[in-house]
Amino acid sequence: MLGYILRRLLATIPVLGIVAVLVFLMLRLTPGDPAAVIAGDNATTAQIEAIRAKLGLDQPIITQFGIWAGNLLHGNLGESFFFKKTIGELILGRIEPTLSLAFATMLIAVCVAIPLGVLAAYKHGSWIDRVVMGFSVLGFSVPVFVIGYLLIYVFAITLGWFPVQGYQPISGGFGGFIQRLILPAVTLSVIYIALIARMTRASVLEVLSEDYIRTARAKGQVESKILFRHALKNAAVPIVTVVGIGIALLIGGVVVTESVFAIPGLGRLTVDAVLARDYPTIQAVILLFSVVYVAINLGIDLAYCLFDPRIKY
Amino acid sequence: MSAEPSLIAPVLPDAGRPNANALRRLVRNPAVLIGGTVLLVMALMGLLAPFLGTIDPAAINPSARNRVPGVERTIRADDGSTTVFKHRMGTDSLGRDVYSRVVYGARVSLMIAVSVAAVSISIGLILGLIAGYIRPLDAVIMRFMDGLMAIPAILLAIAVVSLFRAGLTAVIVAIIVPEIPRVVRLVRSIVLSVREEPYVEAAIMQGTRLPLLMVRHILPNTIAPLIVQGTFIAASAILVEAILSFLGIGIPPETPTWGNIMAEGRNVFRVFPHNILYPGIFLGITVLAVNMLGDGLRDTLDPKMAGR
Repeated sequence: MLGYILRRLLATIPVLGIVAVLVFLMLRLTPGDPAAVIAGDNATTAQIEAIRAKLGLDQPIITQFGIWAGNLLHGNLGESFFFKKTIGELILGRIEPTLSLAFATMLIAVCVAIPLGVLAAYKHGSWIDRVVMGFSVLGFSVPVFVIGYLLIYVFAITLGWFPVQGYQPISGGFGGFIQRLILPAVTLSVIYIALIARMTRASVLEVLSEDYIRTARAKGQVESKILFRHALKNAAVPIVTVVGIGIALLIGGVVVTESVFAIPGLGRLTVDAVLARDYPTIQAVILLFSVVYVAINLGIDLAYCLFDPRIKY
Repeated sequence: MSAEPSLIAPVLPDAGRPNANALRRLVRNPAVLIGGTVLLVMALMGLLAPFLGTIDPAAINPSARNRVPGVERTIRADDGSTTVFKHRMGTDSLGRDVYSRVVYGARVSLMIAVSVAAVSISIGLILGLIAGYIRPLDAVIMRFMDGLMAIPAILLAIAVVSLFRAGLTAVIVAIIVPEIPRVVRLVRSIVLSVREEPYVEAAIMQGTRLPLLMVRHILPNTIAPLIVQGTFIAASAILVEAILSFLGIGIPPETPTWGNIMAEGRNVFRVFPHNILYPGIFLGITVLAVNMLGDGLRDTLDPKMAGR
């Protein structure tokens, strides 16, 4: 098992390496002088020269990559000339809203999707099953921002239950924090619910045909215990895997949802950076999100082999 | 003498015409039928846009800004005659007719769906065949694909878009890039399982050359899964285009696309929700139809994956 963990960890390195190379090359693919691109539109010649010297842009491209990657590994993400801050500071200031949104979304999605999926599998072929599956296809088909505006229109504008937009940090009071978080989190959770409910249904359905489920029924076990203790537990691996893969959807959704609800998080930062053509910030955010995505999926893979004795590598 | 071949190879019903059989199953599948019909209607709508009671979707009219759906307006032509035009879906904040923009918007969305699906399937197919069959290149291609897949799709699309000047081509390329690795993986996995099949080994023994082997014996196995994958790519392409345009980093705002109409409606959303509502409905229905078509195709063409 230790061998597997080690191999799995090692396999992550080339993936992250390639992500780093791709993100590094991004700036070289833009038309024009990278130093001028980094400095932005209002930079002086002296500033551009300073950047050129600092990043070693007059040296071979391999050396440039070395300098850039070295800086990264030292936690130096560079400087945003548009926001006039180091990117490290910029990202730190934006993490709380994004993390809160992501956690709230995951919580809602898992709490809604897993019971729905189990129910659909249990009532396989019934109208409940069809409604859940129909909702799941619908969830994949409507863009996040349309759902967001629909919810804003109904619950914020018409009913007035929630504020229309905005974010309040948790330090500004828990009530206001939650009140402003609910609509965006529900919005973002729709596609996630669709994904998880679908996978839960499929894998529970598969487990329900196993012999040990019949045995459990034969010995008179209560149905709810059969479903949640026997079936769901054994169906957990594909469900957790899809939760991990779905992080990519979640990250994409964060970018859109933060724009709809005017939440000052990392997603909004991404869009602002693209609109301002602030490449160092774009690079840093993409790198950060990708590392998080890869790390979470690595964690999930490793968790299997720790918690599921059936899995041998 | 004519009966002789059937003694060697027993003729199964429909064995000679597998395509006809598949086609019959397809038409009987309700998801394929409904999804296909809706898509056909949308495609016809886009195609026939000029004849569906629309006016120029880019025509700005400062005197008719932000009108609610159903409002009528008198249009004076050059020769002095007047016609009454009804803004079925209202107007946007530049006075453009939302109905006309929505109808014309179908063109862009469907065009993007088809071109993204076609190009990403073609590129993915070639790379997947190479990766699956030419071992030394496998590791190189797949590590590169792993790297691409580690970047969340929408972020990758945003990154690609930021490299170009905003425009249709940039958006199409941006949506294609994140889709390619998924196609490559699919094709590669099929090739890896097919290359062990006895008939492929037999073909190799006969001295079939690599290009012919690929085209005649391996490629046909990828067609059904790729058609299914292609529909799902088309669905996600429509969504991603809308998202990019909505964020203001997609197709230039004067082009009528569903995403652009909604992006334009953002600022006046509280008072005039119709700018987001109508294109949203059309977009949702279209993507739903493509997804239904995909599910139906998967169930009929690729029974192994049914119900996933």
